[in-house]
Order: sequence, then C-alpha cells, then structure tokens
Amino acid sequence: MESPVEIVQHTAGGVIGASWLMIAFPLLGAFILLVFNRFTNRWGHLLGVAMSLASFVVAVLAFFELLGLGEEQRRQAVHLYEFIPGMVDMGLLIDPLSISFALLITGVGSLIHIYSIGYMAHDEHRRRFFSYLNLFVSAMLLLVLADNYVGLFIGWEGVGLASYLLIGFWQFKPSAATAAKKAFVVNRVGDFGLLVGMFIMWTTFGTLTFSQLGEEVGKGASNGTLTAIGLLLLLGACGKSAQLPLQSWLLDAMEGPTPVSALIHAATMVTAGVYLVVRSGAFFFPEGSAQALAVAIVGAATLLAGAIIGCAKDDIKKGLAGSTMSQIGYMMLGAGLGPAGYAFAIGHLITHGFFKADMFLGAGSVMHGMNDEVDMRKYGGLRKYMPLTFVTFIVGYLAIIGFPLLSGYFTKDGIIETAVHHQPVLGWLAVLGAGITGFYMSRMVFMTFFGQKRWAENAHPHESPAVMTLPLIILSIGSIFLGGYLILSNTLMDFLAPAVGAPEVRPEFHPFTTPGLATLALVAVGAAYAWMKYGKAEVPAVQPRGSFLTTFARRDLYGDAINESLFMRPGQWLTRLAVFFDNRGVDGVVNGLAAGIGGSSGRLRRLQTGFARTYALSILIGAALLTGALLLVGTI
Amino acid sequence: MNDVIQAPTIEYGTLAPLLVVFGAAIIGVLVEAFAPRYLRKSVHVPLTLLSLAGAFALVIVQVAVNSVPKSASAMGAVAVDGPSLFIWGVILVLSFVCVLLINDEGHFVASAAAVPGSSDEAEAEAAGNQHTEVYPLVLFAVGGMLLFPAANDLLTMFVALEVMSLPLYLLCGLARRRRLLSQEASMKYFLLGAFSSAFFLYGTAMLYGYAGTVSLGGISKAMSTGSLLDPLLLIGFAMTGVGLLFKIGAAPFQAWKPDVYQGAPTPITALMASGTLVAAVGALLRVFWVALGNLDWNWRPVIWGVAALTMIVGAILAITQTDIKRMLAYSSIAHAGFLLVGVMATFGSAEQNAQSLKAILFYLAVYGITTVGAFAVVTLVRDPGGEAGHLSRWAGLGKRSPVLAGVFAFFLLAFAGIPLTSGFFGKYAVFAAALNSGAQPGDQMGGWMAGLVVVGVIASAIAAFFYVRVIVLMFFSEPAADGPAIAVPSMGTVAVIAVSLLVTVGVGLYPESVLAVANDAASSLFIR
Repeated sequence: MESPVEIVQHTAGGVIGASWLMIAFPLLGAFILLVFNRFTNRWGHLLGVAMSLASFVVAVLAFFELLGLGEEQRRQAVHLYEFIPGMVDMGLLIDPLSISFALLITGVGSLIHIYSIGYMAHDEHRRRFFSYLNLFVSAMLLLVLADNYVGLFIGWEGVGLASYLLIGFWQFKPSAATAAKKAFVVNRVGDFGLLVGMFIMWTTFGTLTFSQLGEEVGKGASNGTLTAIGLLLLLGACGKSAQLPLQSWLLDAMEGPTPVSALIHAATMVTAGVYLVVRSGAFFFPEGSAQALAVAIVGAATLLAGAIIGCAKDDIKKGLAGSTMSQIGYMMLGAGLGPAGYAFAIGHLITHGFFKADMFLGAGSVMHGMNDEVDMRKYGGLRKYMPLTFVTFIVGYLAIIGFPLLSGYFTKDGIIETAVHHQPVLGWLAVLGAGITGFYMSRMVFMTFFGQKRWAENAHPHESPAVMTLPLIILSIGSIFLGGYLILSNTLMDFLAPAVGAPEVRPEFHPFTTPGLATLALVAVGAAYAWMKYGKAEVPAVQPRGSFLTTFARRDLYGDAINESLFMRPGQWLTRLAVFFDNRGVDGVVNGLAAGIGGSSGRLRRLQTGFARTYALSILIGAALLTGALLLVGTI
Repeated sequence: MNDVIQAPTIEYGTLAPLLVVFGAAIIGVLVEAFAPRYLRKSVHVPLTLLSLAGAFALVIVQVAVNSVPKSASAMGAVAVDGPSLFIWGVILVLSFVCVLLINDEGHFVASAAAVPGSSDEAEAEAAGNQHTEVYPLVLFAVGGMLLFPAANDLLTMFVALEVMSLPLYLLCGLARRRRLLSQEASMKYFLLGAFSSAFFLYGTAMLYGYAGTVSLGGISKAMSTGSLLDPLLLIGFAMTGVGLLFKIGAAPFQAWKPDVYQGAPTPITALMASGTLVAAVGALLRVFWVALGNLDWNWRPVIWGVAALTMIVGAILAITQTDIKRMLAYSSIAHAGFLLVGVMATFGSAEQNAQSLKAILFYLAVYGITTVGAFAVVTLVRDPGGEAGHLSRWAGLGKRSPVLAGVFAFFLLAFAGIPLTSGFFGKYAVFAAALNSGAQPGDQMGGWMAGLVVVGVIASAIAAFFYVRVIVLMFFSEPAADGPAIAVPSMGTVAVIAVSLLVTVGVGLYPESVLAVANDAASSLFIR
C-alpha cells in the first residue's frame, strides 16, 4: 500500500495559516451569547448563524488553498503556541481528511443553524440553544483540526459537553435530564479508554503529536503495545459513535431538540469515532491485525443491531437513531479494513451526513406540523399536506437504502464490496444489514407519508416555513449527487490519499457484482415486505403486542437490561461497599488528619495575639534564629 | 586628591518611568496645596492614571527599541535591566488597576484627623469631604516600589524601601468604615515596619564594614577575595535578609500581614498584596543573587527553612480564618513561600538561574493581577456597616449573585493552582525550576530541593481546602436572610475585575503569552 505523505510545517500565512479562525468564530459566538445573555435575545440566533457561516467560508477558502498545493504539500501543520511546555504544542493539522470534516461540519452545521431559526422560533431559550450549537461547532472543529491527541481530546470533551447540554436542553422534562445524564455517563467509559490510550502513547513514544507519533511508530513498536493502544482508542470511538457495547445512550439522546439530533447525533459528533480510527491509522496497522479486526467486527455487529432496533421503533426519531447506529456501523466496518476501506468509510460518513441530516430535519418538519408528535402510528397520509418535506425525505430515504445512482448507493456499496473482498463473513453480514435497512426505512416512509390518516384530534399538519425547507432542499441535492461525484472516479480516494494512504489496487466501480446485486435484491425484498405490512395493510394506531423478536428489538436488544444487571447493579453494590469503607476507614484517617491540621491551626492562631509587641518579639526571635542558622551553616 | 566635585551623570532616558511617577506625585502635592477642594479630585485622577500609563509606555518603549542598559545607571545607584523593566511593567499595571479601585467612592474616611465616632467626623462626612491626598501618596508609594527592586546599592534600596512604605503606613489608616481597626493596622504596620527597617539598615552597616562599599556588585566582589566566614558578613546578611523577608511577609516575620490587610482600606490592601509583594520579591532577588550569590552555600539551607515554614504557616493558619481579608492575607503568606521556592532554585548554570528567574517573574505577574481581582470582588460585597468581611456573610452568595460569586470562585481556583488558570502555570514553573535545580550535579541541596517541592505541594493541598471551602460556602449554603448587599459596581471596578479575569483565564489557556515576555526579561539576568 501507499503510505500517507509526511506532514510539513506550514510556513507562509494565507488562509491555512489563519485556519484557527474556523474554531475561533463559533467560539466567540458562544462566548458572546452566553456572557451577554439576555441582551442578545433579539439577534442572538442571527449571530450564531453568522459565526457558523464565517467558519464555513474559512473552511472553503482553506480547502481551495490546499487544492492549490502539490500532493506532497497537502499535509500542513500550523503551529499555534506552546500549550504545555515541554509536552504539547498546540497546533492544527490541515490535510485532506481534516478539511473534509471541516467542510461537512461547517456546511451541514450552517444549514442546521439556519433551520433552527424556524424550528426554535417559539422557544423562549432560543438564544441559549444557538450558543450551545456554536459551542458544539467550535469544539467539533478543534477535534478534527488539532494536530495532536491533547487538542483532539479537548475537542472530544467539548463536543461531549455540548451534546450533554443540548440533549438536556429541555431539562424540565425528567426524561431529557435522564437522557443527558446517561449520555454523559456512557461517554465517560469511552473517554476513559481514549485517555488511557493516550497515556500509553506518551509513555511509549514520548509524544502525542500525530506527525511525531507516525515517525515513532514507523521506527517499530511491539505488537502488544499497538494492539493495546488500538483497542483503547476503539473503546473511545465506541463511546462517542454509539457502537456496541456503548450504544445505549444514542436512542435516549433523541430527547434533545430535533436539529440537535440531526447535527450532533447523526451528521457530525457521532462520526468522531470513525475519524479517530482513521486518524490513528498508524495503530491499526497492518490490516487484519487484532485491533483492526476488532474495529470491523464492532462495526458489523453494530450495523446489524442498529438495523434490527430500527425495525421496531414507532418513534420516528428513535427509528432514525437506530439507523444512525447502523450506518456508523458501516463506516466502522470500512475503517477496520485499512486504507482500502478508509475512502469509502469517509465517503459514507460525508453522504450520510447529508441524507441523515436531511431526514432528521424532515422528521423535525413533520413534528413541527404535528404538534411535536413523534409516534408514527399517529401519522399517515402526510405527503399531500407537506409536499416539500415529503419529496426531500424521499430523496434521503432512497439514498440511505442505496437506491442506484443516489449518494448512499455508491458509498455503501463501496464498503460492502471492500468488506466482501477482505473479510467475507463480515461483508455478507453487511449485505444482510442493507436488506434490513430497506425494510425499516420503507416502513418509516409508509407509516408517515402514506396510508390512512391516524392523527390526533387537534392535529393540523402544514408545510414548514421556507427557513426550514430551504436547508432540506440543499441537503437533498447533496444526497442525490455527492456520492457519485466522490466515488465514481475515485475522486475522494485520490484526495484523501496524502492523509490516510491509498490501497495498492485502485478499486473500480462495477455496477453488477455478486454482492452488489445481492444487496439490491435484498433491499427490494425488504421494501416490498414493508409495503405489504405498512403500506397496503392498515397500521394499528396502538402498538400491537408483537412477537418475541419484535419485543427484543423494541427493548433495544435488551441493551439497557444488560447494562443494568452487569454494570449498574454491581456498580451500586460497589459504591455501597466503598461508602461503607469510606465512612469507617478512610474518613477516619482523613478526618483525623484534617482535625490534626485544624487543631494545629487553632493552636498556632493563638500566636497571633494582635499585640504589636508580640509581633516585634517574634521578629526579633526570627532574626536571632536566622543569624544563628547562618553562622551554624557557615561552620559546617 | 581631586578637589573638584564631579557632577553626577544621570541617564534621564533610562530612568524616565521613575521620574514620571515621582514628578506626577510632586505635581499632585502642588495640586493639593493650590487647587480648590472641589477641583482636586478631577485633577488627581487623570494625573495619576496618565502618569502611570505614561510610565508604562516608557517601559514598553525602552524594551521595544531594545535600549535595555548593560550597566547600572545614575552613577551605579540604579540597575535598569531586563528583570527590573519586567517588574516595573507589572507594578505599573497593577497600580493602575488599583487606582481604578481607589477611585471608587466610599473607601476612604472623610476626615482622618477626626476622632472616630465624634461629631467632627459626622460633620466632615456630611460636608462630603474627601482625602484627595490619597492620590499623590499612592504615586509616591508606587515610585518607591519601582526604585526598590532596581536599587543597585543597599542605601538606595533603603531609601526606596522608606519611600515605598511611609505613604502606605498613612494610607492604611484611612479606611472609612471600622476606623479603629484601620488606625490600629496603620500603627502596627508603622511600628513593625520601622523595626524591620532598622534591621535592614543595621545589616547594611555590617556589610559595609565587611566590604567597604554598599554597592551590591562591590559586596559580591569583596566576597570573592575575602573570607566567607566573617561574622560581619554573615550577621550583616542575616539582618538585611530580615528586612526583606519582612516585606514579603515570610515566616516568622509574617505576623503584621493579616492585621494590616484586614484593617487597611481594601483598595490599599490590593495595592500592598500585589505591588509591594512584587517589588519586595524583586529586591530580595537582587540582593540574594547579585550581592550574595557567592554565599549561596550558606543562605540556601536557611532560606529552605524559611520557605518551608512560610508555606506551612500560611496554609495552616488560613484554615481557621473567619474573615475573608485575613484569609487572603494568609494565602498571600503561603504564596510568598511558593515564591521563595523559586528564589532557592538558583544552583548551577546561568541557564538554570534564568529559568527560575523566569518562573518567579511569571508567578509575580499572574499572582499580582489575580490578587487585585479578588480584592476588587471583596469591595463589592457590603453590609450596612461596610464590607461584609465575615465569611458567614458570604454564605449563599452564589444563589443571589451568581456572576460575582462565579468570578470570585475562579480567582480562588487560580490561587489554588487548578489547571487552566494562570495560577497553575505559575506554581508549575516555580516547582519545575526547583526540581531542576536540585537535579543539577553538585548541588548540595540535591534531594532537599525535591523535599521542598513536596512541602510546597502539601501546602498547596491544604491551601486548596480553604479556597474550596469558600466556594462551597458561596454555592452550596443557604443564603443568610439579611445577607450582604452586592454594591452596584462602578465602571472602574468592573474594568478591574474584567481585566483580572481575562488575564487569569487567558494566561491559563495561553501561558506562552506572558512566559515569552518573562523569558526575554529573565534571559539577560541581573546586571552585576
């Protein structure tokens, strides 16, 4: 395989030199909105949008500047300042991989900012919402642009914070507050993995900068170390990207406002795990090593689990969340295949960013028109009432199931083909997953837009305002064409090659391969079955009891139950035990110590009599001691 | 014999910042004498602020055109070198923000001569009298602070010490509320200050007896040829040391600090806790390193004990304090101890000296500004009888005034040295320098330096307890029913708090900004 080119130090100014502005703009926005809070209520949302757009403009300019450079020059490290002296210098790495992410984050992010103006119009805390969104964009950009793991980690925690704040944005709802807490706690597990991975890197290689790590690993490292680091990074990725076994928080995270689900829990933040794995390619080398295989297995397992969960959800957003899990599973699978899969994984990540954001925002538009109803059993026949939302949603739907010639078709097919070639078992599981995707996505479309009206009494569905539909249209255009453009002539693969390396054999796109045809056939079967059950037949307005399998899927494959019995209960016992020991043992020691210090403080305090004469005496004694000591030391 | 007296050469350009401050102070006295009462304040405030800003600009110009002198100025009396200029810049910034605080209404007594509680006092209060003498006094004190660390011989240093201290003794007694406490503080500070000055002067005389000169370089030179065990030298050094250690408030010479800090008007406390400390540490460094550098075999073990004792005494005694200003005073004592750790870290090469000097300069700059910010917050929390000093009055402040309490909590975290605040990098730099020094081959303190750092870390842990206790009190206690009111801050006070907060946050995130300047200043070391 062809390795990534070396990272060069950026010298000249230009937009790349000023790329920190990308992070600074939204951060400034968040700062202004949070600090001057009420005073910015009237124009706060506009500032939020402007800051996100400004970031987008910088990203586009930097992208073109990067394109203007020779391939050898396309990894530019921009030094900013010495962060922790002797350990980490803060700097940015502008290369094809990071700039692709930056474009996705700022581009889709800006569209979602604009959409939110309409969606949150009636919320009295709209300004706070935009400040958190800006904070998120800034942290996410730091995550992908930093040229070292410390910067990445700060961004990683920053997006975690923004995610926590936004899931719990309506914290007056206990379910939202609980969901936020759950996301926070589950993510701690992953973050712990990432941190320990960083510790091992530091002790083994003595650096946390990508470029130096690349060199150090190239000089040779023990397999055990690489495997340990790889698995720990994978744990971090699982937490952030809701992969098995840390998937449970994502479904609950849908308690947040819908634009948040679109931006953070579909298009960008949850893909950070994929970024981490691809960026840390050096530790997942060679392909087929234990850690790379683990990534692919986690991806394959999650793509099936997410798809199965998606089949049983009646809540439109939870259905989409299951599908997000599943699609990220595809990306993980691709990322676990090494340089052969990187371009497809990133490609799917980008197209998924478009069509999933498109569908989430579409779902938001439906909810907006249906008094925030999320139960699809209370929808039906909406296509006539919300034509624009319907058309754009259909585009997203066709893209995700891999309808030929739409975006998702090319990128997903790329992952499946590569997987069948490298890891046949996992590849065929991915084919099966695609079939299930065809079923559950069709089910969602039929239940929402077709069939009989099953609305609540007071529902008056209407199309959403232009500020909401315009982003939908732009996103759906991307959902149609982007995939073909990126994949057909290996555009993305060639662009990314300097950053992540390229496979030895350039893949060529063949429309009629065995896995490709099998995928299409299974998708058609799935969609047809969905039509029979949810299109043609009447959909019961109340959830039927369902078979054992349905219950299994409805309960998120018993993920919560497993967590509860395996971790929460023993955890609670452990804390009780710890509290017991703490009260009896540790507290005794600590309190004794504190009492000792406090007591000596009380006793010493009496020396502070308030009389100037006593103080003067203490100075005199001190002077005598000092002189005595000096004379004594002199004679030794 | 040459019977013609040579006119002294004075480098006016180099000394310009000093001259501007002293000149403005003298003009201030004239204003006090000739301007009508109602005009005075409106002349004093711009005059004071402009002169401080102007002096700061002159310091910047001097650094910018790179005309830092390589030898002492004014016939060898004043050494304007890299560290001096850095310290001048810091002191001028700190005093500028302190003047903004002083400028606020209601800190100073209407008529200092009136007996507290008398009818004279009430009359002066009703007439709206103000002691505008405060401004020239502050300028004289600041001038003294500038000269103190730059003095290149012990007599100039003594004069600077007095010029700095005398106005402060007066200013301490001018608090508007709780005047008896204030006057007591002033009296104590004066008596003990005079006592310690006598030590300093006596030490100077002894050193003169040993070296035949009072110039710091001369003393150092005399040591390179003379005996290092001469009692004149050792006793003289101990005595000057007492005078200097008193000014920074190192144990066992710390007793004045809590009483004086508590009694003085809070803006003056802020000036003393920041400006005076910076100046005194600068002077201490100059004496210990320039004059007595050859004696480090003797003084480092002794200062080891002083540093350890200071950190422990400051941290432990702060725990049982119930008054916020007293608590901050003990915290200041503990920080003086941390600074002494940096003073110790001087063994070996010039590079090592530059590293520890850089650490100390950085520490002074960030600690000074955080301190001013903290005291500025203290001025805003008021009871009917003045500032709400007692800690119990601060309970639940976070519920009623979350922004102010949040800012104060942040300052406290910076004092405690929590990462991402400037305080963290200050402590880190000083401790790292100390460890590095101990690791130099041949340092007789070797492992003892690591021991001192351990003591420092333990003291930090104890100190963190009482800082966090205030935070807990502010945010997790029920507010008192008749709790203190939060005064509506003036623009000046808002500016002071905002600047302090910005610097504390900014340097915490981006320490390189100040570290680089400190490094430039330190790399040239002191002029010898």
